Amino acid sequence: MSTDVPTGIKSGFVLCEVCGLLTRPANIHEPGHCPRCGGELEIRHQNAIQRTWALIIAAAICYIPANIMPVMITSTLTSVEGDTIISGAVLLYKYGSWHLALIVLIASVMIPLAKLAALAYLLITVQRGSIRDQRERTRLYRLVEFVGRWSMLDIFVVTFVVALIQLQPLMSVKPGLGSLFFASVVVLTMIAAETFDPRLIWDSSNCKEEQNG
Amino acid sequence: MSSLIENIVACPGCDLLQSIPALPPGGKARCSRCGHMIAVSKPNSLERTLAITVAAAITLVVANTAPLMGISAVGRHVSTTILGGVLEMWSQGQEITALLVAFCAIIAPTAYIGLMLVILLAVRQSPAPAWVGKCMRMAELSQPWGMAEVMMLGILVALIKIGELATLVLGAGIFAVGALIILIAAMTVSFDRHEVWTRVRWAEEELQKMAASAELTDMGRIGP
Repeated sequence: MSTDVPTGIKSGFVLCEVCGLLTRPANIHEPGHCPRCGGELEIRHQNAIQRTWALIIAAAICYIPANIMPVMITSTLTSVEGDTIISGAVLLYKYGSWHLALIVLIASVMIPLAKLAALAYLLITVQRGSIRDQRERTRLYRLVEFVGRWSMLDIFVVTFVVALIQLQPLMSVKPGLGSLFFASVVVLTMIAAETFDPRLIWDSSNCKEEQNG
Repeated sequence: MSSLIENIVACPGCDLLQSIPALPPGGKARCSRCGHMIAVSKPNSLERTLAITVAAAITLVVANTAPLMGISAVGRHVSTTILGGVLEMWSQGQEITALLVAFCAIIAPTAYIGLMLVILLAVRQSPAPAWVGKCMRMAELSQPWGMAEVMMLGILVALIKIGELATLVLGAGIFAVGALIILIAAMTVSFDRHEVWTRVRWAEEELQKMAASAELTDMGRIGP
């Protein structure tokens, strides 16, 4: 890579994230508002690293009760039984639809964990100023952004099972507290992905080049 | 104060400054450093997207009013719509989760389709009023929270779970949701946001005239 890569931050240009207009504000550190759409201009997301850390730590804390507490509570004439996300997937497997069980496991258990791990990895490498695998890390970020919404799957499953299985007193299903924590994990990680700024991945290489050059 | 440049872009993914080449119809330009898509040429985008959006709006109404599915068991029949699911969650004590489901399944898709309709109708005259910009912003904020396709998979999983217990009856709503997924995806693919922004009247009009008269004094400093 050449030593003098022209970036917006070095040349004093800001790209409006709302409308995509490139402007050169009088003061790059206080860029003000976009002349086209009036949106606030930011050279980088404000405090992106701290905010993203705060959000993924909160999500990681919610992840524990989300998996331990029942998301669905089934009452029949003789029993009351709670189902966690994992036991729900096991149940699907027993009904013979192992592919759906696999989808639920991936969407509800693996994706949130992988998202937390990926964002933590991106944050740590940015904080250490790593210049390795920048393209791959950008791709990882895009993947995290794209795949996050699928974790909502289990929340929708609970909603529609609860809506239909209301055959009191024979059988009824109630949502459990686990669903609230699980929904929190999904929302927090989605916001965390938006808060992170992928341009930070490339900033360290700009700095290193400046130091070397 | 500011200077503005039309054909040069700072990549939203890595901040690299680069010029966008003239694209053939349907052509794409990716960032030379991080691979982020920086420009796509979409001929006839706004007309085509308007047609798809009108279809999506109609489908949205059906998807939200027609029953998705019902079950028959022990001589009783229960059916539900999307809103019915939300209300049941609410009345069973999970109000926050119910609100989130309502937001992702009803409010966000409705906001996205509604705003897109307004935007696409408003930009038929050029220059379009400045409030179109605000609508663009809200549409793009609501887009990632509309989760029709996730909901569809959720419905399928719920069907399998319930299928063990009772006889299922599919409603028209579930087919409308399926069609809605395809239409929303088609809207996103055919929509050229850049085209909209070039038609919108600027918040600061003097600067728009400056940009239009192509006073690109800083071009030389950046290079291709």
